Amino acid sequence: MSRELEFERPVLELERQIEELRRLAAGRDQLAATVADEGRLKKKKKADGTSMMQLESQILRLEEQALTLKGQIFSRLSRWQIVQVARHPQRPYTLDYLQSAFADFVELHGDRNFGDDPAIVCGLAKLKGESVMVIGHQKGRTTAENLRRNFGMPRPEGYRKALRAMRVAERFGLPIVTLIDTPGAYPGIGAEERGQAQAIAECLEGMAALKVPVVSVVIGEGGSGGALAIGVANRVLMLEFSIYSVISPEGCASILFKDASHAERAADALKLTAPDLTALGVVDQVIKEPLGGAHRDHPLAARRLQEALHTELSELVKMKPTELVDDRYRRFRALGAVTEGAVRELDPPEAQKGGSTKRRPASGKTKGART
Amino acid sequence: MSWFKRMASPKVKGDEKASVPTGVWKRCDGCGAVSVAELVKQALETCPQCGYHFRIGGRDRLRTFLDPDSIYEVGARLEPLDPLEFKDQKRYLDRVRAAQKSAEEPEAFILATGRLKGRPIVAGTFEFRFMGGSMGSVVGEKVTMAFELGLEQKAPVVLFSASGGARMQEGILSLMQMAKTSAAISRFRESGHPFVSVLTDPTTGGVAASFALLGDIIVAEPGALVGFAGPRVIEQTIRQTLPAGFQRSEFLLDHGVIDMIVGRRDLRDRIALLFDHLS
Ligand SMILES: [Zn+2]
Repeated sequence: MSRELEFERPVLELERQIEELRRLAAGRDQLAATVADEGRLKKKKKADGTSMMQLESQILRLEEQALTLKGQIFSRLSRWQIVQVARHPQRPYTLDYLQSAFADFVELHGDRNFGDDPAIVCGLAKLKGESVMVIGHQKGRTTAENLRRNFGMPRPEGYRKALRAMRVAERFGLPIVTLIDTPGAYPGIGAEERGQAQAIAECLEGMAALKVPVVSVVIGEGGSGGALAIGVANRVLMLEFSIYSVISPEGCASILFKDASHAERAADALKLTAPDLTALGVVDQVIKEPLGGAHRDHPLAARRLQEALHTELSELVKMKPTELVDDRYRRFRALGAVTEGAVRELDPPEAQKGGSTKRRPASGKTKGART
Repeated sequence: MSWFKRMASPKVKGDEKASVPTGVWKRCDGCGAVSVAELVKQALETCPQCGYHFRIGGRDRLRTFLDPDSIYEVGARLEPLDPLEFKDQKRYLDRVRAAQKSAEEPEAFILATGRLKGRPIVAGTFEFRFMGGSMGSVVGEKVTMAFELGLEQKAPVVLFSASGGARMQEGILSLMQMAKTSAAISRFRESGHPFVSVLTDPTTGGVAASFALLGDIIVAEPGALVGFAGPRVIEQTIRQTLPAGFQRSEFLLDHGVIDMIVGRRDLRDRIALLFDHLS
């Protein structure tokens, strides 16, 4: 295990013990076999047999304990702990899912303008036999890979490539799947020079108009505008221990709590977990992770992602192109929490006295809180 | 008279070393010249000496941009809720009340219909003094309404941006306003009428990265700071000092991000001309 999370440690400790016992058992097995071959001391063999059974029952007991402990720990993770899981370096990334939940992946490169951004991966793939366009942020696991992928922080080229790929999908009637996992769009000189804000904005508008089904899944870190840029979907899903936020807890803490060390409090205040966002209407479905988090069982996480995507897409492909656009508009149009206040005291007195008041109520489209 | 007559009192920060009496005189941040505040105001909050653009209040902005007595405010009573029950050092709704008092506005965005040289248009502006013009649900709602109104009334839309970005205290719902407003523009495009986005100092973060940079025509006031990331964040990330003029309007024009730079006193003429061509 390359990186252990503090709260995972008791479980990992148990698992180490189990492994040791298993090794011991395997050793005894071998020894017993050798001894038997040589046809020596029937009595010793029997004694070994007894302790083997004890060993096995001990392993079973520890395994049960580990399972219970994992269940206990992961059922009451704090928001800050979930942030740690979401950022775990062993967590499956876009390319991992492309190998496991999808088949026949063909990567597409470049924004046809300036370059190819390895922080966003785009390409055609099959989901349970059907072709789709997959677009996802890509972090690296090694230092070298992270330098190449820029820690999953895209530059404008990445967003322009993503939008280009979406339009290819639209042209050929393919559904689009986006996998969100980024600390945020990259804040650098070159990125600004090449219009980072504009590139993100174009993605948002472009996605809103797509005439094919779009499903987005937050698979790890949903960091602000750089995440949302590929998240204007008909359905937004979230893995159980992923996060999605307007700002990182650290960033929020340094601005509002005047100290980045208050990130834990900021994580609570921001309400950035899957259940939080479901309650706020931002997320449609939470995908259950393997016990102990997706990083503990990549194949199971991939199977669940595949199932969830397949279920959502099977419904969406029944909709007509214009219905898909309208559906997406309604979905995002409804997000927000506003109230129509009374005429305020700070309204100038002239306005309240009527007569020449040139005020009219807000249009009927105004929504209340969706929650 | 209309409620719109109300003007923000020019606020000069109590600067000890400057010893400029508040209210009567105004010191220019550009050239340092001290001018009569009333003259600065008549020049639409620009320096009579060097043309430096001070920030202008939202109401003054609309009052001076649109034709006199043509203005109807829309959505004036919209106020934020506190869906996250957000609390940092203060509770969010307490911050809102304090901002309402100090900025003398219910929220950070003012939306209106009115006329520009006789042509009916939809116009909206940020009020930067309200929590740094941050975009939460109310701002997102009003911006969305601007495009829906434009579509419904077949009118062009002009929006003036001045914002530090998304409002943290409404969390993910603030972020979602970026998608909501951008989706509204996508629909508005079918109206056949233009959206002119005017970038003023400063326009950064989630506002820049959504509707503000989606104008059919993008205009910036001189010297406005516009970008995705704020200069401090960039400096912290790359650990170098940024070149002078980085992310200012002139830099953006050089890099092809905006169509033109127009001084505040020429905005009415130039945008009316644009509409003349396009609408
Ligand atoms: Zn000056």
